[in-house]
Amino acid sequence: MTVAVEIDDIVMPEQSRDVERKSFVQADKVFKAVIGFFAFLVIVLLVWLGLQLYSSSKLAFSSVGIWKFIEGSTWDPVTGVFGALPFIYGTLLTSFLSLLIATPLGVGTAVFLAELSPKWLRRMLQPLVELLAGIPSVIYGLWGIFVLSPLMANSVEPFLMDHFGFLPFFKGYPLGIGFLTAAIILAIMIVPFITSVSTEVLSTVPVPLKEGMYALGATRWETVKKIALPYAKSGIFGSIVLALARALGETMAVTMVIGNTPQISKSLLDPGYTMSAVIANEFTEAADAHYLSALIAIAFILLLVTLIVNAVARWLIWRTTRAN
Amino acid sequence: MANDTGELKRTILDGRGFSYWRRKTSNVFFSLLFSSSILIVLLPLLLIIGYLFYKGAASVNLDFFLHRPAPVGEHGGGMGNAIIGSLYVVGIASLIGIPVGLLGGMFVGEFPHSKFSTVVRFVADVLNGTPSIVMGVFAYTVVVLPMKSFSALAGGFALGVMMIPTILRTTDEILQTVPTSIREASLALGVPYWRTVLSVVLRSAKSGIITGILLAGARVLGETAPLLFTSFNNAFYSYSVTQPISTLPVQIFNYAISPYRDWHRQAWAGALVLVLAILVVNLAVRTFSRQKFEQTL
Amino acid sequence: MTNSANTNTGIIAQDLKAYFGSIEVLKGINMSMQKNKVTALIGPSGCGKTTFLRTLNRMHELARNASIKGKVIVDGADIYSSSIDPVLVRKKIGMVFQKPNPFPTMSIYDNVVAGLKLTGRHSRKHLDEVVEKTLVQAALWDEVKDSLRKSGASLSGGQQQRLCIARTLAVDPEVILMDEPASALDPISTAKIEELIFQLKDSYTIVIVTHNMQQAARVSDFTAFFYLGELIEFNGTRSMFTRPQKKQTEDYITGRFG
Repeated sequence: MTVAVEIDDIVMPEQSRDVERKSFVQADKVFKAVIGFFAFLVIVLLVWLGLQLYSSSKLAFSSVGIWKFIEGSTWDPVTGVFGALPFIYGTLLTSFLSLLIATPLGVGTAVFLAELSPKWLRRMLQPLVELLAGIPSVIYGLWGIFVLSPLMANSVEPFLMDHFGFLPFFKGYPLGIGFLTAAIILAIMIVPFITSVSTEVLSTVPVPLKEGMYALGATRWETVKKIALPYAKSGIFGSIVLALARALGETMAVTMVIGNTPQISKSLLDPGYTMSAVIANEFTEAADAHYLSALIAIAFILLLVTLIVNAVARWLIWRTTRAN
Repeated sequence: MANDTGELKRTILDGRGFSYWRRKTSNVFFSLLFSSSILIVLLPLLLIIGYLFYKGAASVNLDFFLHRPAPVGEHGGGMGNAIIGSLYVVGIASLIGIPVGLLGGMFVGEFPHSKFSTVVRFVADVLNGTPSIVMGVFAYTVVVLPMKSFSALAGGFALGVMMIPTILRTTDEILQTVPTSIREASLALGVPYWRTVLSVVLRSAKSGIITGILLAGARVLGETAPLLFTSFNNAFYSYSVTQPISTLPVQIFNYAISPYRDWHRQAWAGALVLVLAILVVNLAVRTFSRQKFEQTL
Repeated sequence: MTNSANTNTGIIAQDLKAYFGSIEVLKGINMSMQKNKVTALIGPSGCGKTTFLRTLNRMHELARNASIKGKVIVDGADIYSSSIDPVLVRKKIGMVFQKPNPFPTMSIYDNVVAGLKLTGRHSRKHLDEVVEKTLVQAALWDEVKDSLRKSGASLSGGQQQRLCIARTLAVDPEVILMDEPASALDPISTAKIEELIFQLKDSYTIVIVTHNMQQAARVSDFTAFFYLGELIEFNGTRSMFTRPQKKQTEDYITGRFG
């Protein structure tokens, strides 16, 4: 008897709030379910995205075959011939070229910020580097068309042709638009990704490790080379792969300076085309279902490639930052 | 004592042989190399901002903000409709991106170690790296095709989907920085869990989360590729969700690739306004959140 | 009326086992803590005393992979029975933590009434009364009465801890659990907290974890010695410290290990 009364005392000290109180446990479950559902939506979104693009590109794949579509080097919407190779070539070429330029600069900047610069300078410079990532792609493109491209056409490309013209990469005309200009713009755009992740990873190098090296009489560069860089290696590599994913999918700036010509050329000075650029340029013109499907198929390939590259990058970065 | 110091000094000086100078030189060389790389990296920033002011400032005037584009050959005109259109589309995007990103981020940040959260976080990061043009194609197939028309809604959908992972991840990270002791303090008072999260945890994380949302908004404000074939373009003022709408980045693109000098000027002016808007949001948010953060700690 | 013998009993733990994953950190504790008395839990780090404390208001289960077996009976009811809401348990059994943890974004005033505001609606007048009453109880009123709108984080460590005690008192608990409440504080603040505990025990059942044996001796009526997840000895504080029954207890309180 007494026991029962005392139980009640715990469960409902005030009768009036009984209902509200009883529902607390229930409310927590509902709350968790609701926020869990929204988190789940993110997974749904990715799956939906993949399925949607796949089903819309089936027409293009089935009419020519997936492999033929990727391998085909002729893109002629008028006659209905769709081969995506020139775009894939352009995307890969500009992306890797831009990595070649951006990697030393990005990693060098990261080493400077994380290891060399005093705190106050780092606090000033790091936001500036990140600002580069905040500038919209279309503005890089605008600057590319009106500033970089004339510069390339009038000085850089003639210089390359004069001095390195014997190489197949620097033959042709100094147009100012083409693979090289696109790669330079891309490099400027992806540097902040390399720098910010690498700086972060380098900052996770344990101070005692570095101090141990200094205590042996090592110079700053030796400590960076022997301790910091090896420790952060996989994370830095991850940042480069992450930047690669950005470069592969970058659209506007490239579209505006690459020349939009579906051709496979060895010369970096020649105009070309990329996967993202052809989608941007031709999507609204794609009148028949086949043409549209071919463009969506390119988007689907782009999605798959960036998915894989991103997954690799994330894995590499997580591996280092999680180590401590 | 004095003898000891002298001994030490001699040992140190003796160590400065050839290899010492070689090491010293390579240290200076690489230090210079790293310092110069940041200069090379920041040079384009300077050039871009410089050119935006040089080429754009003269054309930014009241007309630019109030008027819609003038036909070729006519002077004047502006991007008033594009500015409003951009805000409109980003507004629609926020309606999709904020609730999903925020609530999903609350789960991931509150249960950070569950397997499910790890998967969601990974998927969000991967989505975040998906090219924006692909998001445009996605929005085209799920919104434009069924509605049989380009629309502000389709553009908003594309940008909204892009906001989700950004907001989710910042919410996630900020919630994880809220100390467990604060959650425990609230729970120990008999506050139910949902109430603890909404009133205590979120309140502590408020400024960080708002920062994340504003930065996500600023980011999609500058997106062009996903809008080219979703919200498309419109020469007039439009406030309809189901109609094509003009946006600042698309307008800049169209003007930049046009052959007309007047339009180029307008493109530079639009670019200046767009970059300034994004910069102002970034700077404001950073100073604001840093102050807040230091106050709290 | 069969339970009349229990009216002096505040909390009973029956064969209480606690786990982190598959590791058993409490190995079947049987213990009863008396009403309106101070019970101190002592023992070396990792002995399970804090875990035991956290099982008493169902905070243990909030940790990752944490689980529990056995019963904790408060006022005759098992707080782990499925019909009981942990939220209500925590309201009735308050907790003060090792490190002062005022809500950083709230004022002193809002900190005190946080528990009330977040669990129901109250009139302004009622809240004002509660704030004054509990801050007086927590011996903080005179120091903060003119700055109630200031942030709780602006106070000193000792003041923050008293604020946390006031916050706990505001939801009107019957039991107060304290997890080394003075370990992060300076000696003067510690003395204030101990004095406070002494005053509070008239109205509340208090269970306090401490690593400081002098503190246990000073403030508590009963002392329990934990070692490796087991309750080794439980007795009146005076007899515990003068005539320990078990060898391990003696070793510990004389400083031979721990």
